[in-house]
Formats: sequence, C-alpha cells, structure tokens
Amino acid sequence: MRLELRGITKKFGSLTANDHIDLVVEPGQIHCLLGENGAGKSTLMNVLFGLLQADEGEILIDGEPVRLANSGDAVRRGIGMVHQHFMLVPVFTVAENVVLGFEPTRSLDRLDYARAREDIRSVSREFGLEVDPDATVESLPIGLQQRVEIIKALGHDAQLLILDEPTAVLTPQEADALMGIMRSLAASGKSILFISHKLKEVRHVSDVITVIRAGRVIGSVPPSATESELAAMMVGREVSLVVDKTTAAPREPLLEVRDLVVRDDRGLPVVDGVSLEVRAGEIVALAGVQGNGQTELVEAITGLRHVESGSVLLAGRDITNRSPRDILDAGLGHIPEDRQRDGVVLSMSVADNMVLNTPRRPPFARRGTRNLRAVRDHAESLVESFDVRTSSVDAPLSSLSGGNQQKVIVARELSRPLQALVASQPTRGLDVGSIEYVHREIVRVRDEGHAVLIVSSELDEVMALGDRVAVMFQGRITGVVDPSTSREDVGLLMTGSAPAGIA
Amino acid sequence: MTPSLRRLWDRYRSASPVTISLLALVLGLVVGAVIIFATTPAILDAWRGAFHSWGGPGHALKVTFDNVGAAYRSIFTGSIVDPPQFWHSVTTGRDWTASLTPLSETFTYAIPLVIASIAVGITFQTGLFNIGANGQAILGGVAGVAVATLVHLPMVLHLPLTLLAGIAGGVVGGAIPGLLKAYTGAHEVIVTLMFNYVASYFMLFCLLSTPLQLPNQTNAISRTMPGGTQLAPLFGTASGLRVNYGVVVALAVTVFALWLLNRSSIGFEFRITGANPHAARASGINARRTLVTSFLISGGLAGLAGVAWVAGTTHYIDQNFLQGSAGIGFTAITVSLLGRNRPIGIVWGSLLFAALEVGGSNMQANTGIPYDLATVIQSAIVIFVATPVLVKEIFRLRALRAESVKVATAGWGS
Repeated sequence: MRLELRGITKKFGSLTANDHIDLVVEPGQIHCLLGENGAGKSTLMNVLFGLLQADEGEILIDGEPVRLANSGDAVRRGIGMVHQHFMLVPVFTVAENVVLGFEPTRSLDRLDYARAREDIRSVSREFGLEVDPDATVESLPIGLQQRVEIIKALGHDAQLLILDEPTAVLTPQEADALMGIMRSLAASGKSILFISHKLKEVRHVSDVITVIRAGRVIGSVPPSATESELAAMMVGREVSLVVDKTTAAPREPLLEVRDLVVRDDRGLPVVDGVSLEVRAGEIVALAGVQGNGQTELVEAITGLRHVESGSVLLAGRDITNRSPRDILDAGLGHIPEDRQRDGVVLSMSVADNMVLNTPRRPPFARRGTRNLRAVRDHAESLVESFDVRTSSVDAPLSSLSGGNQQKVIVARELSRPLQALVASQPTRGLDVGSIEYVHREIVRVRDEGHAVLIVSSELDEVMALGDRVAVMFQGRITGVVDPSTSREDVGLLMTGSAPAGIA
Repeated sequence: MTPSLRRLWDRYRSASPVTISLLALVLGLVVGAVIIFATTPAILDAWRGAFHSWGGPGHALKVTFDNVGAAYRSIFTGSIVDPPQFWHSVTTGRDWTASLTPLSETFTYAIPLVIASIAVGITFQTGLFNIGANGQAILGGVAGVAVATLVHLPMVLHLPLTLLAGIAGGVVGGAIPGLLKAYTGAHEVIVTLMFNYVASYFMLFCLLSTPLQLPNQTNAISRTMPGGTQLAPLFGTASGLRVNYGVVVALAVTVFALWLLNRSSIGFEFRITGANPHAARASGINARRTLVTSFLISGGLAGLAGVAWVAGTTHYIDQNFLQGSAGIGFTAITVSLLGRNRPIGIVWGSLLFAALEVGGSNMQANTGIPYDLATVIQSAIVIFVATPVLVKEIFRLRALRAESVKVATAGWGS
C-alpha cells in the first residue's frame, strides 16, 4: 500500500499539534517517524488511524483520497495499529484475542476455533511470528503479547502497520526479534510506519527516517545519517549522547542491601538473596532484562514491599520493613519506575506535586495547617532552577509533557535532604533533551556526595551513567562490573552465564 | 459585543463546572415541565380538544404554559419569596412572618443538608463512599436527644454537650465501616449501606425502651429536649420563623471543611489518597490512618447533622426520624455530587435542594401537582451534573476542561 499524507493540520485550541505535515510511505517500506515527546507523532498516528479528525489536509491511499471517520474505517482500508499499551484481554487465549470482533463461526453461531488457530499458525509461519494460539495472553511475556497484537492487525488484512513506540516495553532481545519481524513483513510488501525516539534502533531498521519537531516535518533522511545528526534535527541543537562526568570518588557505603529476599504477589521469591552496596559519591547502575526482580528490589528498599529476610541499611540505620514515611524521612530519594502511577497526582497542581511527600514538613505546614504561600514559593524556585516548562505552578500536572512531569519528580526528590537516591527507569519515555538533563542532575547528586542507585533496562544508559554496573538475573546479582566492560560480557551476565574472567 | 460581554460569553462557552451546574438546573426544570405536561389532566384535556373544538392549539398551549407556570411559580414563592406579599410587608410594615417564612423554611431544611453533604463530600474527596451518612445522622440524633433529656446541666454546658454527643454518635457510626475497611478490606459501600438499617432499628429499640421513651407511652417516641438544649429560633420564638441557630452550626462546619480540604495537611493527604492511592502510598501517606480519619470526621459531621435537625426543629424524635423521603443522609450524597464535593458548591447545592423540597410542598398545596415532582427535578439535575458531556452537547459548549469531565463518582468498587 502506498500512503500519502498531504498538509495534515490538527489543532487543539491554541496549540497546533500537526502543522501541514506531508509524508509518503511506499509499499514495502519501513518508514520511521522520529521526534521528541510532544512533537506531534501520536497525534498524527491517531489522525491516520481515524481516532482524530484532521482540521486540514488529506489522506491518500494508493493515490485515492479517503476519509477515515473512525478506526473501523482505517481497518477496512487496510491500516493496522499496534498501540504502545496493548489492547488485549488478558484472560483470553491468543486465538480468542486475535478473532475478537471478527469471530469466524460455524453453523448455529458456534465459534470456529479450529479455523482461528489455523489462521494464526499460517500468519505465524509466513512472518516468523511464533506464538502458541492456545496460551492465555496474561501468561505471555510482553514481547509475545506484542506479537499477538501484530498478528491481530495482520489478521484484519492490514497492508500498512503503524507501530507506536513498539520497543519501549521490550527487552533488548525482544526488540531485536521485533526488528526481524518488521523486516520480513516489509519484504512481503507490507508498509510499516514506525514511531520511535530511540536513535540507535531507528537507524538500524528504517528505510527512511522522517523527523518531526513541534508539529512540523523537519526533513526526511536515509538511515545512513549519524545519530548526532538525527538528534540535532529532533531537538534543534547538538546534544551530547554521552554522560559528562568525572571519575567517581566513592567513600563510605550509604545504602547497603544484605541477603535480601522478597516475594512477589504470587508468593515466589523474585529477589533471592541480593547483596549490594552503594557508596557515597558513586552511581551504581543495576542492569538486567526487565522482570528479573529489579522492580521488587526497589519496592523493598523504599518500603513498598515486605522484606522476607535480609536487611536494608541507609547511612548505617536499619530501614528494613519500615514504613515508606520513615524511609523517606531517613533521607532516601525515590524516582519511581511508573511515574504517573506512583510519582505524581495528575489532577493536582505543580506546586502540590512538589510537596507530595513532604506535606507536613515546615515551612510547608505548621500544626496541621498548610502554608500555601511557602508551597508556592518553593515550587516557583524549583520550576525556575530545574527548568520545568509549565504555564504556572498552579497548573494541573496533567497539563505538562511527560518530560516535564519527570522533572517535577526529580526536582522534588533532589530538593529534600538526601542520603541516597534510588531512580528506576529515570529516563524512560523521555526525549533526548530531558534525558540529558536528568542524567546531569543524577551526576550532580553523586558529586554532592550522595549514593545513587539507578535501575534501567537501557543498556546505553546503564553503561554511560554507572560508576559500577551490577547485573541482575532471576532475582540474583550475577556480577558487578566496571562500565568499561564490553557489552557482550554484560549481555552474557544478563542471561545468567558468567563470561570468562568475571566473577 | 463589548469586551466584557465577550468575556462573559467566552466564560459560558468554556463549560466551567459552575456553568454546567446552572445549565443542569435549567435542564432539570425542562424535564419537570415535560412531566407536568404529560401528567396534568387539564393540560391533556386541552390538547385532546385542541384539534376538534374550542380554542384550538393556541388555547391548549396557553393552558400548558399556565399550568407549568403556576407550578414553578408556587415552587418559587413557597421557597424564596412571594413578591406581592413581600411588597405588602415593605409598604405596610406588617406580616413580616408570612413574607419571610419561605426563606426561613428553606434555610431550616438546608441546615442539616449542608452538614451531612459536607460529611459525604469529605469521604468522596478521599476516594471513599460513605453511603451511611443517614445512619450516622440517626445515631447522632439519638445520642443528642439522650444527653439532652437524661442529663441536667446549665445551658452553657448542656447545649454544647448535646451537640458533642451527636458528633460522638456519628463518630461511632463512621468508625465501624472505617475500621472494617482498614483492617479487613470490607467494602465500605456495603458496610455503610447496611449500617443504615442497623442504625434505624437501634433507634427504634431506644425509642421503645426506658429511659429514652416518653414516659407513659407505647408509641416509639422520645422525651422532648429541654429548652436549654435546643437550637433556638434565630429571630426569637415570637418571630414565628423556624430558622434557628443551626445556621451558625452549618456555617461553622462549612468553614471547618474549607480549612480541612484546602488548607490542612490531613485534608491534603485525603485528596492525594482520593486522586491517586498509589502515589499516596509511595509518598509515605499511611493509607489506613487516612481512611479511618476520613470516616471518623465524616461520621462525626453526619451525626452533627442529625442532632442539629432535632435540636433545631422537632426537639424530639419518633420512628419516622430521617426515614424515607426525610432521609437527608441519602439526599446528601446527591447534593455532594452536585456541589462537586467542595464546601461552597455543597452550600449552594443544599440551598437549591432545600428550596425544591419546601417549594414542592407549596406547589402541591396550591396546584395539586404532586410534591414528588420536586424529587424528579432534583434527580434530573443530578443526572445532568453527572453527565457533563450531555449538557455540553445540548448547549453546544466548547470542549470541557479535563477536570470537569471527570465525574465525581469515579472510584466505585476500587
């Protein structure tokens, strides 16, 4: 299918999310749409999938102008979309999910599962999308759930596949597998429109890269463009992709984890005897494929999950199984993994979010009454010094972009008296400019003599930021290495096998 | 248009919560008019005859407007002011009682409603449902009457003690569901809903037992509160106006609620918990303590509503106390939603609902249209307030702000 967008413009009130966007996707092409958060990528995709209506411009499929009033229209025209957050029923099987809404039936309205299974197997074989049709979706890892979404889209005979930040939730191995699938789909003549802000993978898989910034197309380039060229196009300036930092000067240990055992919600030991030491003035980066106990380890340290055995010490004080309040007050800063869930209240103002975990601390409150002036002043000075882009400190947090929401959390945590900082996926979903900013702040915390523990599934981030890199696999630390260690060796540790020469 | 008019128009078009509430009132009255049209024999007869004989459609239209107009006019004159009567008082200086009775009655009904609705609103803001405000108000009323009739003290001590007893009764009623939810996970909707029955039957038991029952009686009726424990009429007994010092109590509760929700640390923690329980936990807020405290405050205020009603109006309770359509604890749930769970909004919502109640009785007396129409209008208003998107479509308002789209009842079953 050949898709052409001509002069697509979409406004939300005074904000122009898409400003006369022109784009052509040729049959069999992998076309990447690259841009920062808030550049207008998702709006454009929603217009293309019929979820939003453009104010101006037209969409042409194989040269013919079409009107897409809803997603049903888009599906009938052969457009399939794989959302960043999957639209699957967790308790249904793969086959049931794939046929949902278009169920093949035999006589008397009986569902024809045999045919559904056969259809899935044939699609799987054709494009290398191996998945068991009878597995329930909730039992599948994220990478396979995404395959189910792709199969579902292909099952509706999609000729153009929109993938909205498909690798955001994947492990590196799963991402590699996805790239392979994308190539085989393209080879069979399907067009792919791929949204991302990860420069490396974009260059790796795309045929054409179109960069958009502030709702406008900045230009289309071949994948031979360098990462710094692409980054410059995205943010409009040269950005450094390496973290600028001096050699660490670690001192006494501030955050100590000893023989920690933590069970997950199903009662399985997901953290199985972890010992880890983070010293003042150093950044320890915890690497590992997601789901190997990192999340639960951080929850246990911050008091959000019960510790079965072992202990956690902060500046020599035992904080094992203390309440989150006690742990926060003891000087542990926490940038949570799921910031919108655990880090902020979207409906509250920026100012209120800045004191979310210190509401009773003077001068923000005295004898149970809040001092709103002090709260505002505090927020204003943080907005200023952390460069949070907001119309006012009274604006609801939901009006800020993802990157600025994260800046609010970073500002709040770093403005408290700290001993140690635990940051989970601190730059997930952020644009290049914000990533650089968050990295600089984390290094600053280290240089001020605090202990920093970073948990990240981005190997680049781990290697660039960490002074030491600890690798976690199946609830255990498989090795603590120097960041100069080769990626291959770290990769081996992430799969549980010890490379030669590393204990 | 002049700039100021333009601004006013923009304000209307931008669908603020206040606009939505006012338009919901308009729509509620329209629904009421349709029901009057469909159920009043005089109107139906006029339309039946319209195309055969006398008058034609013009006459039928006139009959319709006359009847709907008379109904709404008597709601207004019965609850706010009757202009001719009022003009008579202004010019002659006489009959002020008759002129001010409608407003006095509206305020009298609004007193317990404001207090009980704020009680409910506080739990809503914490993300909790207190469906048991009525039961808590009953317990408050029983406790208040018990202290008033069974203890002998000078007034300066006795009245405050009576009100405190009411609060205490409600606190007990609020503590049970609060503690059950905090320590066993029992869903507060079920527990509070069922406890309304427990409270009602407990009241009946008290009313039929010594010492609360009026001596030498077999009916379920309590002793009468002595004068020193009553909330006296605001303008003296001689004024003939029932509006009482409960207004001061309601005002104090409103000020307290404004402080609690907007300025206090605990209220801030309530709102964080209500808006995002996960973030509340990660921010070190003790979920159990927040939940229990919210229920204790809510129950205490509901109890105060109960005692304020008895002490201000009837001065005794019988088996019909806060039962059926007099169940202000249930009306309070809708009023709280109408007022978006905020104290000032709740005060306006309470005045509106009280006016519809009082005016509804007047309408039934004057026009024969059943009092239940007032309830229908109240319900319609709440439905429209709860569906801002519908109101927006009907009046073609501009995109709603995200905040106002969020229906206040979010959180059921969570």
